[in-house]
Amino acid sequence: MMIGQSVSELHERLVRKDVSSVELTKAYIDRIHSVDPTLKAYLTVIEDQAISQAAEVDRKIANNDGLSALEGIPMALKDNLCTEGIRTSCASKMLENFIPPYNATVTDRLRGAGTILLGKVNMDEFAMGSSTENSYFGKTRNPWDLGRVPGGSSGGAAVAVAADEAAFALGSDTGGSVRQPAAFCGVVGLKPTYGAVSRYGLIAFASSLDQIGPLTKTVRDNALVLNAIAGYDPRDSTSVAYDKPDYTKFLVNDIKGLKIGIPREYYGAGIDPDVAKGIQTGIQTLIDLGAEVSECSLPHTEYAIPAYYLIATAEASSNLARYDGVRYGLRAEAEDVLGMFKKTRAEGFGQEVKRRIMLGTYALSSGYYDAYYLKAQKVRTLIKQDFDKAFETFDVLLSPTAPTTAFKFGEKSADPLTMYLSDITTVPINLAGIPAISVPAGFVKGMPIGMQLMGKAFDEGTLYRVAYTFEQNTQYHTLKPSLSGEVLASVSR
Amino acid sequence: MSVADKYEMVCGLEVHVELQTKTKIFCGCTTEFGGDQNTHVCPVCLGMPGALPVLNREVVNYAIKAGLALESEIAEFSKFDRKNYFYPDLSKNYQTSQFDLPICIGGRLEIEVDGEKKWIGITRAHMEEDAGKLVHSGETISTSNESSVDYNRAGVPLLEIVSEPDLSSIPEVLAYLEKLVQILEYIEVSDCRLEQGSIRFDVNVSLRPLGTETLGTRTETKNLNSYSSVRRCMEFEIARQARKLKAGEKVVQETRTWDEGQGITLSLRSKEEAHDYRYFPEPDLPPLVIDREWMERIRKTLPELPTVRRARLQALGLPAYDAAVITQAREMADFFDEALTYYGDAKTLANWVMGDVTRLLNTNQCSVLNSPISAKQLAELLELINKGTLSGKIAKSVLEEMYSTSKDASAIVKEKGLAQISDEGALHGIIDTVISANPQSVEDYKAGKDKAIGFLVGQIMKATRGQANPGLVNQLLKEKLA
Repeated sequence: MMIGQSVSELHERLVRKDVSSVELTKAYIDRIHSVDPTLKAYLTVIEDQAISQAAEVDRKIANNDGLSALEGIPMALKDNLCTEGIRTSCASKMLENFIPPYNATVTDRLRGAGTILLGKVNMDEFAMGSSTENSYFGKTRNPWDLGRVPGGSSGGAAVAVAADEAAFALGSDTGGSVRQPAAFCGVVGLKPTYGAVSRYGLIAFASSLDQIGPLTKTVRDNALVLNAIAGYDPRDSTSVAYDKPDYTKFLVNDIKGLKIGIPREYYGAGIDPDVAKGIQTGIQTLIDLGAEVSECSLPHTEYAIPAYYLIATAEASSNLARYDGVRYGLRAEAEDVLGMFKKTRAEGFGQEVKRRIMLGTYALSSGYYDAYYLKAQKVRTLIKQDFDKAFETFDVLLSPTAPTTAFKFGEKSADPLTMYLSDITTVPINLAGIPAISVPAGFVKGMPIGMQLMGKAFDEGTLYRVAYTFEQNTQYHTLKPSLSGEVLASVSR
Repeated sequence: MSVADKYEMVCGLEVHVELQTKTKIFCGCTTEFGGDQNTHVCPVCLGMPGALPVLNREVVNYAIKAGLALESEIAEFSKFDRKNYFYPDLSKNYQTSQFDLPICIGGRLEIEVDGEKKWIGITRAHMEEDAGKLVHSGETISTSNESSVDYNRAGVPLLEIVSEPDLSSIPEVLAYLEKLVQILEYIEVSDCRLEQGSIRFDVNVSLRPLGTETLGTRTETKNLNSYSSVRRCMEFEIARQARKLKAGEKVVQETRTWDEGQGITLSLRSKEEAHDYRYFPEPDLPPLVIDREWMERIRKTLPELPTVRRARLQALGLPAYDAAVITQAREMADFFDEALTYYGDAKTLANWVMGDVTRLLNTNQCSVLNSPISAKQLAELLELINKGTLSGKIAKSVLEEMYSTSKDASAIVKEKGLAQISDEGALHGIIDTVISANPQSVEDYKAGKDKAIGFLVGQIMKATRGQANPGLVNQLLKEKLA
């Protein structure tokens, strides 16, 4: 079976003319037809366009024109990344019929790299959530256990990659939305440094925290995709003109002497002991491979969740104000303009989105601004300083990506606060603007767990080096969900 | 005004002026006025999902220039903030503006009313984006069945200039506005076209008992778009507030709106109902850092400002009135200064510029920028008068000819044979002929009747169709009759 292979393996086969891009694309579309009615990762599949794009790549192959790393590779985009002429819904009723007249920068870059867009994948509405249960279009199932959530908000992207419905996918990560679903579904997910990847055309949730990142089967694939999407974009004033390396250069199987810090605050209450044990095994692997591991402290971690939920919701309350029924998207009929605004927003947004808009509006209100938003920004500075200090000693920091494995549908959705607290290991990274990657690190009761590596700003290279070395010396990433809830192969190092 | 007996007015102004950059503040759309509805738009100024703003550096250049002209401090570190409120003409339902760290801090501007000079303080000036425009199907919003929005204006750069409450009379307010507009036009950051809405005013007015220091409760009337509405609105507000105070009532702090038709202000919202704009730093734009070098680069582009220019012309010997008239608009002053480089007599030049040149331009509704007579050409004409080639009277008709043909004065003089006859040889014969044809007048002159010489000169001028140099004729005639 050609699907299910990594991007680099598929590339080799395309170069060898072992398989054509059209065949590959059709195989993925067949796979979507067979498993997606159950998994529901996709919101939109664009078969004809995908196949005609693949045919173009095949002509290139036939002419022996040379093939770049991602050319002819089928992939999926989270439905908050704008695609010209293709519906971009944000999994919201508000944008149910919104077709952007422009591409996101990442869409353009992946198109330029010759990838084949298969379709748009499910997410929590406006990327607000940790389980993809908040989608207006319904839940996406975790392929490792159909009764469990895939994580979120990039749940569709993680499932598409885990269940071989795409060779890779792009998600967005505001507080863990790439890493946590990657961990829950057993794939590799990167949240790049803030400013490394252009946000132009990413429908904003929280502008100062949002970052687009790749979800892939392997660490090498991840580096290949980051190579294609990262780099300065004049259309995003917060993107940084940094010296972008070839990230595959960091893929060396060697971490001898590398200093890894274990922040003790990330192992606090709420962490599943089995998850902690799994991560401990991973740490031992890295020690065995020559890393110097020791404990460290990020003392302001406990304030990260409240600070995050103030800053993110404040920005969201403003970012989502534009959905008013005047220019695009849903418009409810009413007597006057104010009535139309109210009815459109009442009908168009789901519960969680409304909750966050209200929280954010409150946090920014006159008389509360200093106590909430301003204070949260100060906490943010302290959290950044915690990391700066830790990175004076360590090359990377390590923690579980999430405190638990994927939870059951409905298990946390009734209690938003519990859901928010499950983001404790991921949100500090967004507040600090640094990069972090989640790599498959074992299983607990048949469900995947992820190991999170955090790095210095713009030092994705070192994260890839550690992640790659770990991957080369473990087997977790080779395991696939059987789609009957059982892991086929036994777990071994 | 009767109010003035008991109360003193205190006024501060907020002036929103469109900066005349070619493109909008956060996208590449044109700022051109007009155009079919919603044709000067893109995903950014329409607030489409995922679109992001990119600051137009030229807007910053213009704001720095205005700040320097108003003697403001240019902030080395400023930032943009979001001002959140829902209105259909606001494409993102927030306006990207500057809140607590504006680009220009402080400043001042000198006005003159009835010969008295006064400095008016500037509190701050900040950059922001304009909103779109509502187009109603009926006369007003309340009589319309539907309204549409034109976003062509959305994202046009604005500079909001806030004054201190230093203005204490309507003439002062008008003088302040005129001076501000003059400066902004001078430095070419705005064309200040009131009729196109490129400058709008918010007026804050309060009254306090004469001789007291504490400020009274103020009202703010928003969105006035002409000097006459500002004047009428203030007259109304002063009278309204004075009536309240005299009756022992309190003035309510509120935002009011001006009804042009009725000539009255109406309450829009009270202090309690005031919008909570929920300002917070714009996360899509990094803070703006303006280093010394940037500021100095802009300072070098500043032209001589009107006040300085006026003083320089006065120093050249022009009366204050002339200097004021000539420096009123930068184009006229530039024309004058250019002509001055070719023709050194400032006063004569000023007489011609303010007189015949201005009259011709006004009659033809022509801007001095497009004058068919160049400054250099005017200087040449005046030089011909100096040399005695033309009389002042003939020069005026040459100027008219220059206006309609754009030809040089010397060319017209040559073509039409208009040069004064200053050649003694040519005049001798004519004078002799006139003397012999008028023996009686010669007798009269010799008998001491001085008047007779006037008649003889007249006859000579007539014979030369006015082209004889009258001074020379006089001199030669006297010599012959001596």
